Amino acid sequence: MFDNTASSLAASGVPRYHLTEEHHPENGTLLGFWLYLMSDCLIFACLFAVYGVLGRNYAAGPSGADLFDLPLVAVNTSLLLLSSITYGFAMLEMQRDRLKATLVWLGITGVLGAGFLGLELYEFAHLIHEGAGPQRSAFLSSFFTLVGTHGLHVAFGIIWLVTLMFQVGKHGLIPENRRRLMCLSMFWHFLDVIWIGVFTFVYLMGVLP
Amino acid sequence: MSDHPELTKLIFGRLTWDAIPFHEPILLATFAGVVLGGLGVLGALTYFRLWGPLWRDWITSIDHKKIGIMYIILGLVMLLRGFADALMMRAQQAISFGDAVGYLPPHHYDQVFTAHGVIMIFFVAMPLVTGLMNYVVPLQIGARDVAFPFLNNFSFWMTAFGAALVMASLFVGEFARTGWLAYPPLSGILASPDVGVDYYIWSLQIAGVGTLLSGVNLLATIVKMRAPGMTMMKMPVFTWTSLCTNVLIVAAFPVLTAVLALLSLDRYFDTNFFTNDLGGNAMMYVNLIWIWGHPEVYILILPAFGIFSEVVSTFCSKRLFGYASMVYATVVITILSYLVWLHHFFTMGSGASVNSFFGITTMIISIPTGAKIFNWLFTMYRGRIRFELPMLWTIGFMVTFVIGGMTGVLLAVPPADFVLHNSLFLIAHFHNVIIGGVLFGLLAGITYWFPKAFGYKLDPFWGKCSFWFWLVGFYVAFMPLYVLGLMGVTRRVSHFEDPSLQIWFQIAAFGAVLIALGIASFIIQLVVSFMRRESLRDVTGDPWDGRTLEWATASPPPDYNFAFTPRVHDNDAWYDMKSNGYQRPVTGFLPIHMPKNTSAGFIIAALSAATGFGLIWHMWLLAGVAFVATLVATIVHTFNYKRDYHIPAEEVLRVENARSRLLAGHV
Repeated sequence: MFDNTASSLAASGVPRYHLTEEHHPENGTLLGFWLYLMSDCLIFACLFAVYGVLGRNYAAGPSGADLFDLPLVAVNTSLLLLSSITYGFAMLEMQRDRLKATLVWLGITGVLGAGFLGLELYEFAHLIHEGAGPQRSAFLSSFFTLVGTHGLHVAFGIIWLVTLMFQVGKHGLIPENRRRLMCLSMFWHFLDVIWIGVFTFVYLMGVLP
Repeated sequence: MSDHPELTKLIFGRLTWDAIPFHEPILLATFAGVVLGGLGVLGALTYFRLWGPLWRDWITSIDHKKIGIMYIILGLVMLLRGFADALMMRAQQAISFGDAVGYLPPHHYDQVFTAHGVIMIFFVAMPLVTGLMNYVVPLQIGARDVAFPFLNNFSFWMTAFGAALVMASLFVGEFARTGWLAYPPLSGILASPDVGVDYYIWSLQIAGVGTLLSGVNLLATIVKMRAPGMTMMKMPVFTWTSLCTNVLIVAAFPVLTAVLALLSLDRYFDTNFFTNDLGGNAMMYVNLIWIWGHPEVYILILPAFGIFSEVVSTFCSKRLFGYASMVYATVVITILSYLVWLHHFFTMGSGASVNSFFGITTMIISIPTGAKIFNWLFTMYRGRIRFELPMLWTIGFMVTFVIGGMTGVLLAVPPADFVLHNSLFLIAHFHNVIIGGVLFGLLAGITYWFPKAFGYKLDPFWGKCSFWFWLVGFYVAFMPLYVLGLMGVTRRVSHFEDPSLQIWFQIAAFGAVLIALGIASFIIQLVVSFMRRESLRDVTGDPWDGRTLEWATASPPPDYNFAFTPRVHDNDAWYDMKSNGYQRPVTGFLPIHMPKNTSAGFIIAALSAATGFGLIWHMWLLAGVAFVATLVATIVHTFNYKRDYHIPAEEVLRVENARSRLLAGHV
């Protein structure tokens, strides 16, 4: 089965069984972060499924059609989608090695994200004020949890963004920071995709009779 | 304290002196033992000046080998706790008949069986599995470390602090009385207003983060860091099963995180996910937790299958029979494990068609599993079998697991399940596959790789004692439970009226004592082996005539694992190297790039545990402060850009020369 006469040196003189120079495996950070995002995606999948099961259990309380203010949500959605585009601009500037422009676009992204979060908090406060808080019915429990979990992600995204802006300002666009910007980029676009699901599945379908 | 009730409440939440179990003599005695033992350990550490080395070389270590060993120590320590619970249950059920009520009141008994299940799955089986994967996988694929060494350290400490919270519940407050999956509405705030379920939730959430991250880590490691030449179909089978296990971890644990988060919202914020009124649906919890729970049992068994594959092939001195079919069987099991969750609650009433679907998918899983059994048998067929300890565990597994598998197929038939649901037959079945499969596998793995990790073999005599006590003890302890289950006895009962049942419980209790002797023999084996380490020493690094790359390096391996990254040409890479007259390189070493130790993982995990403790006891101040501190510590860690260093070439030369001298002295 084995050729026992083969020497451990191949014909060219290169050792057959080991490398002679340092081995540099590919960096796994982007793959690892993507795997983490997929696991996060499954958390959202559970929350969507729970909303799918409980979303019409109004318990004689208000329904989505009674509560949702679509124009407000439309503004909110535009802010978040726009912030994804501006993050894309930041990444383009990073590719061109323009530190300042990168930071400016990141800043704009953060402001848009904060605007999104502000409007969401306003919406929540308004609902709770009307007596439609998460305790009112299983529908509202699942609504607040799904939308709130997304909001919580955006909040942590903003904290991360600010931290990273400091680090980019301090060390410049070094490879580590580029990698981190790529990870946050994936995170930010991922939240956008989730929000499109929330907007369609919860808000648009929720106001249907 | 009563001067400022508001302030007291803010600081101490609902923690009062009543939470300390002064009135429970069993707990008090245990507590005294733990305190004395703990003081002894602390004293010894101080006396021998070990605090510094402990902190520098272990607690802050990001070396996958040390983290793997720490996981295994955690798993073994928690095994003692989980097994003490098992002995208490067996003793209670053996004596609590008719007028005798036994020694455990129901509220205590309920905590014991809950803690037993939670600890055995989350804090024994999981750390042992993760520990072995951590130790072995990078060595098997010829890597220097895992893809994210810091994350690895952090994952371990999250698991360890999760375990610490469960242990804390023993002496401060109480644990859940709900069974190991904490079904609502029993685990809801109305039926369980105490801290027990909160301990359950937060210990699992904290440990769950660790498990998930270690899954991501090992996946990225296996995908990105294999030695050149090691294609997917040249990976050792243990690495393959680890890959599939970590796919399952990453795909299943988020579901557990989500469902426990929803349960905590119900408990902390009065939401209505699983409540009986206002539109809640308790069966949704049961569905979700089993969508995590069923893959979880495969997370445990797949690595065991990998271990058996390595062991069978090594100790039969033969290439594994049917490598490709083994890989495909593993992948098929991985996928099917997501399509069977409903068989845990056929009695939900989902109707004939749904139950049939899940019954059939469950039965289909036995096909790839059977294929594996035949592969091992055909590997043994006409092999030169060496009956060393790992091989004994493997043969014990093959017999025992087949029985457990067949009772599993019985339970997969929905009409039969309607009779056997929640009976002791079920308990006997899953102990049959978890002890006979997972645990035997882990013990085989520990005995197999112990010489790699410590440089000497484990003493075979005490190992054989341990094996036979475990094997016989298992049958004596669990076969009576099959009988009782068929007679209709249900699980989680602390008192019986029918005296005709008692003899079966007494036999089972005797079996548990035999298993206790098995565990004692294992501990004695560790001690005896340490004392006799010079005569058990292996200097070759390859004590079993192994076939995969981990045996190509020294035992214990140097920090950098391999002085030069190996090049792989065959499934059994090390066997291939040996058969072709491989010469170990002794010159031309280069500096080696390595990650640096850090205390960040320990600190962040400790702060997370403090947050959890605050949330359990409603100490909002502590919870808030600790949570902010966790965030800050994480951010501070990201400002550390200097995370690596180089081992100089002279140091590599020194280590390798020392090994050359050892090898020369051996010949």
